[in-house]
This record gives sequence, structure tokens and C-alpha cells, in this order.
Amino acid sequence: MASAEVHDKIEDLKPPVIQVGVIGWIRSNLFNGWLNSLLTLVTLYILIKTVPPFIRWAFLDAAWNTSGQACRASQGACWSVVTKNLRFIIFGFYPYHLHWRPLLAMIMLFVLLFLSRERTNWKPWLFYSWLVGLAAMGLLMRGGLLGLEPVESSQWGGLPLTLLLSVFGLAAAYPLGVVLALGRRSRMPAIRYLCVVYIELIRGVPLISLLFMASIIFPLFLPEGLTINKILRAQVAIILFTAAYIAEVVRGGLQAMPKGQYEAAESLGLNYYQTMRLVILPQALKIVIPPTVSILISAFKDTSLVVIIALFDVLKTTQSVLSNPEWMGFSREAYIFLALLYFLGCFSMSNYSRKLEKELSAGEL
Amino acid sequence: MSRQEQAAASDPFWLDPGKRAIAYQVGVLCMVGLLAYYLVSNTLTNLEKQNIASGFGFMQKEASFEIGESLIPYSAADSYGRALLVGALNTLKVSFIGIILTTLLGTIIGIARLSSNWLVSRMAALYIEVMQDVPVLLQLFFWYAIFYETLPSPRQALNPFSGVFLTNRGVAMAVPAAHPCHKYMLAAFITACVLAYLLRRWARKRQEATGRYFPVVPVSVAAIIGLPLAVWFIFGAPLEMDVPRLQGFNFKGGITLSPEFIALLLGLVLYTAAFVAEVVRAGIQSVSKGQTEAAMAIGLKPGQVLNLVILPQALRVIIPPLTSQMLNLTKNSSLAVAIGFPDFVSVANTTINQTGQSIEGVALIMAVYLIFSLSTSAFMNWYNKKVKLVER
Repeated sequence: MASAEVHDKIEDLKPPVIQVGVIGWIRSNLFNGWLNSLLTLVTLYILIKTVPPFIRWAFLDAAWNTSGQACRASQGACWSVVTKNLRFIIFGFYPYHLHWRPLLAMIMLFVLLFLSRERTNWKPWLFYSWLVGLAAMGLLMRGGLLGLEPVESSQWGGLPLTLLLSVFGLAAAYPLGVVLALGRRSRMPAIRYLCVVYIELIRGVPLISLLFMASIIFPLFLPEGLTINKILRAQVAIILFTAAYIAEVVRGGLQAMPKGQYEAAESLGLNYYQTMRLVILPQALKIVIPPTVSILISAFKDTSLVVIIALFDVLKTTQSVLSNPEWMGFSREAYIFLALLYFLGCFSMSNYSRKLEKELSAGEL
Repeated sequence: MSRQEQAAASDPFWLDPGKRAIAYQVGVLCMVGLLAYYLVSNTLTNLEKQNIASGFGFMQKEASFEIGESLIPYSAADSYGRALLVGALNTLKVSFIGIILTTLLGTIIGIARLSSNWLVSRMAALYIEVMQDVPVLLQLFFWYAIFYETLPSPRQALNPFSGVFLTNRGVAMAVPAAHPCHKYMLAAFITACVLAYLLRRWARKRQEATGRYFPVVPVSVAAIIGLPLAVWFIFGAPLEMDVPRLQGFNFKGGITLSPEFIALLLGLVLYTAAFVAEVVRAGIQSVSKGQTEAAMAIGLKPGQVLNLVILPQALRVIIPPLTSQMLNLTKNSSLAVAIGFPDFVSVANTTINQTGQSIEGVALIMAVYLIFSLSTSAFMNWYNKKVKLVER
């Protein structure tokens, strides 16, 4: 084949240096067009004006573990308000020598949460370990059994109380919410209307009014001589509140189920209870996992409202530290610490929800 | 008689689903009724023991407590009813201003989140993540603490712009001094709004009939800004300002916003704006790019593309969650009680503490918020019906 010529491969022209690498990235992401360039410059200016002074205040000039007097003398942030009072902020009025018990309970909770992260672990043993774990946590907090010193619930406080209110709140609100959602979709008018009225009533009022109800009115509802402690009353209010929101989320899942699923289950001869338990709920609850997690997040944030009815959750313990004359005036530092605490909790949950969403939608394709 | 009916007639009643359903419902209703009866009878016994007269008679009595800020004249000698009205108006005030600011800020952040500018988009994402993950109550406490701890007393007031003073007693601002022309300017503004609405209707009708396009938006904006301005010029453009002046320990003149109000507004707006930003982002992303391209292909101008194609579709996605965020803001404004802003819950709480009418007080709180929520959801249902996709 004489005509076969051998072509030398001409070297590809390299793209201009301003389109690739760091410079290219900066050009296409920060300076494409005059508007974006202006925005970038303005943002950079604001960042330069705010970030270095903040770092100086929060880290370089900060007092980390000094007395309140020493703090007042320094220019920077006074993190001593947190470090010096950390045990009170975290545990509240829980007897000092027994702090290991709520600490152990919290560690158990975190281990359980960590185990529940992986969907491959969602098996019966995890459910049972949650049951055992919750009981053990309650025992650790209360004491009175197995040689543990009893601790009155009026002495509970701080972070364990915040976690307790949110974890038990959700654990109890979830089944109630599912029942309410089923009730709202029921064919029986009396039950349907009861559920609709309940859900709309609760969703229409602020949580704080329910907390007021729990703290002032609820004692009037009970026969004389019977009293229920304040934490439990607030817990009931949080459960009733969260359940209404969960019911609406679950209803969304139920409505997303194609009608064929109901008909198929019926044609197999399953009754209502079996249809729901074996066919509808497993699928419906699976689709609504991401919105359920966001309800968990808001329930966690909403527990801070118990401050208003004077329960010593982690926000209230911080405030009582701040009312101590030695530490007066350092609210910013203390609140930033708390914000960090809440942020870590909520951020890991929302991150988890995003991961889960990805996994679940990957399963469908 | 068909076989089925025969079977139904001979079966015992518990095998008939219809009758069983009735039995269930009667059972549930009986249980709820019994529970209600039990609670009510307990409550009545307890109230009798504590000598509390139930009913709303206390509303006529003298309140004898002061309220820091009020939209209507109020003094401690007025009745509880009026005090509660003051509280309700304060709630409405903070919610109304909050909703407007939140919508603006949330939209800006939502658009910034979608910006092609990496830095701007990252900053918006950071803002959304941080604000969503910190409880709003904590944010309120934080802003309030910033106010009373970091800002100086009125004597050393910060003066960032002329006419604005920042102190730990609040923000004092200069406002235009009262002048009779303001009434007419307001009238002109309202007239312009009505005119703009009528113009829009007329333009749409004409376009449907003849196909001719009328630039409604620029003309309306010009009218809404121009008419009040024209009135202002007719009155000789009064420029006199009512500037706050230090008198004794505080500022007099101008308007003063209390630290509680500002902390509440700031906390609610910054918190809710993060959620609104996510709503706006989702709404804009829900309109596929093909829609823009198709609209351009049939020759619409960019403004028309936005107005006629993108917005109607994006708003259908945005409005329902947006309303629920607005409702959340209104409900969260009840946290004012924690920092001492006299909103409805705070006034009702004081009333409960003074009169002991806890049931009536909490019932009033719930009723007021329920009215807000139910009227909002009625609006939502109407809106959803209006914008529902008409499918074949």
C-alpha cells in the first residue's frame, strides 16, 4: 500500500494558560463578567475586614482558663466562662460526685446513634439494643436500683436533659405520629375528623403555648394528690407537638404509595392491619426518612424552649452561669459555645440525612 | 335477594365491615368523651378548691401593668382586654416587618446560593447551614446580649451614620418631621397601587385580544414612586427631619426601636431567611433550563421570559413552603416572651400570673395563633386551586 503515508501527529495546542489550572478556575468561578468580579471583590473586602479581627478576638487575644477578673483585663474573648464552668453547663445541678452517670448515659446514646448510622445495621438486634440502652440510660439517670444512689429528677439538667427530651420525645412521638397519619387517611369519618382536628390544632399553635399548658394547666387536669414532675410534663408537650408534625410527614409517604399497592394487598386477602404492617408502612416510612430526620433536627432545637418554663436544660444552665457576678457580661462567648454545640448536633444529623437520601435514591435506579 | 345480601343478613354483626366500623368509631368517640369528661371534672373541682372564677370576666378589669411599646395608646389603668390587644398588635407588627425583610433577604441568599460565583455561593451555603442549625431562641438571646453588653450607654452612643444612634437602650433614628403632606402622599401611594392593578388587568385583556404588548411593570413602578413624589413636590418638598437628641439619660425625638424589638426582629429574620433561601433555591431549580430556551426560541424578551415563563412555574413550587415559613416566623415570634418584648404571649403570660386565669390565658394564646394559621391555610388552599396545573 504505497499510498499509506505516515502522518506525524501534530502536537495538540495547549489551551491558553488563563483557561486551565488555578488561574482558569479563578477566572471561570470568580471573575466571569463584571458583576461577578464586583461581587467577588466586595465579598473579599468584607471577609478581610471581619475575619482577621474575629480570629484575633476569638483565638489570639482570648483568655482560655482564667478567672473572671483576668478576663475583664484582656482584650479578646473570654472562653474561661465556658472552661471554668463546663461541668455545671453540661450537667446542671446533678450531684457533683455522680457526674459519671449522665456522662456514661450520653456515651451509650452516642454509641447507639453511631451504630444506627449504617443501614446494614438496621436489624432486630439494633432495635432491642435501643430498648435496653434507653432503659439503662433511664436507670443511670434515676438511680435507686442496683446500689445506685437515687437522684431526684428536679436535679437533672444540662446536656443530658436536652438529649433526654429530644430522644425520648422522638421515640414516643414517632409511633403516635404514624397512628395519627393512618387515622387521617382512615375511611371512618369520626376517626378521620378527630385526627385532622388534632393535627391541625397542634400545628397551628406555637410549641410555647403547649409548654405553658403543660406547666400551668396540666396540674389542674389531674385529680387532687396526683402530681407529675415538670420534666415529664414538658416531655409530654414535646411528644404531642412532634407527633403532629411526624403525622403530616408520614401522610405524605402514605399518599405517595400507588393505589395498586393497596389493591394488590387486598387481593392477596390481607386485612387492614396486615396491609399496613406488611405492605404499605415499610415502603411509605422508607420514602419519608429524610423529612423525618429534619423533624428530628427541629425537635432537637425546639427542646431549648423549655428554658421559658424554667427547666434547666443546657441553655438555662449557661444562663445561670452568666447571672453569676463573676461571669456577667460574657454572654457572647457562652452563647457561641452553645451555638457550636447545637450546630455540631444538627449538622451531623442533616449531613446524615443527605447521605441517606443519596443511598435511598441510588437504590431506586 | 342476592347471595351476598343473604350472607350479610345471616352473618353475626362483627363480620360486617360496615357495622364494625361504626362500632370502632363509637368506641373511640366514647373513649375521647370519657377522657374529656374526666379532665374537665377534675379541672372544675380543682378550680373550685383554689377559688378561681372561670370565664373571661377578667378582661374588663384594670391591668395595672405597663407595656414598653405599643401601637395604640395604652396605660396601666386600661383593661386586660386592651393590654392583650396591644400584645396582639405587637405580634402583628413584628411578624409583618419580619415577613417582608425575611422574604427579601431569603430571596437574595437563595439566588446567591445558585450564583456561578464560587465565593458568593459558598458564603450563602455557609450562612444557610449555620443559621438553620442553631436554635432560634439561642439566636435571640445572642442578639439581645450583643445589644445590652457591647453597645455603650446613650451618653457615649455610637453614631455610624448621621441621624442614627446605637445604644444599649435601642436604636434612635431620625425620621422626617410630621407634615400634613404625608397623609396625601399615602393617599397618592394607595391610588398608584390601585391604578397599577387596573393597568395590569387592562394590559392583559388588550394583549389577549389584540396581541399588542404594554410595558406594565416600568409604568407601574414609575406611578407608584412618582405619584407620592409629585405630591411631595407640590407641598414644597419639606425636608425637615426630626433628629433624636440626648436629653437626660436617653434620646428624645425621632423614633427609637427598643433592643428587645431589634433583637427579636434580627433573630427571626436571620433564622427564617436561611429556610426561605432553601425554598427559593429549590423553586428556581425546579424550572428546567429547556423552559428558558424554549421561551427565548419563540422570541420573548428576557424580562418576558422571567415574567411569563419562569416565575409562574417557580412560584407554584415556592409559594406553599414560603407561606409555611412565614407562619413559622409568626409562631416563633412568641419567643419574644424570653427576651421581654411585649408580644401577645408575653402580655398573656403577665395576665396569667396576675389573675391566675391560666386556662383562659393559654386558650387565648392558642386561639390567636390558630386564627393566623387557619386564615393562612385558607389562603393557601385558594392559591393552590388557582395555580393548579390544568391537565388534560
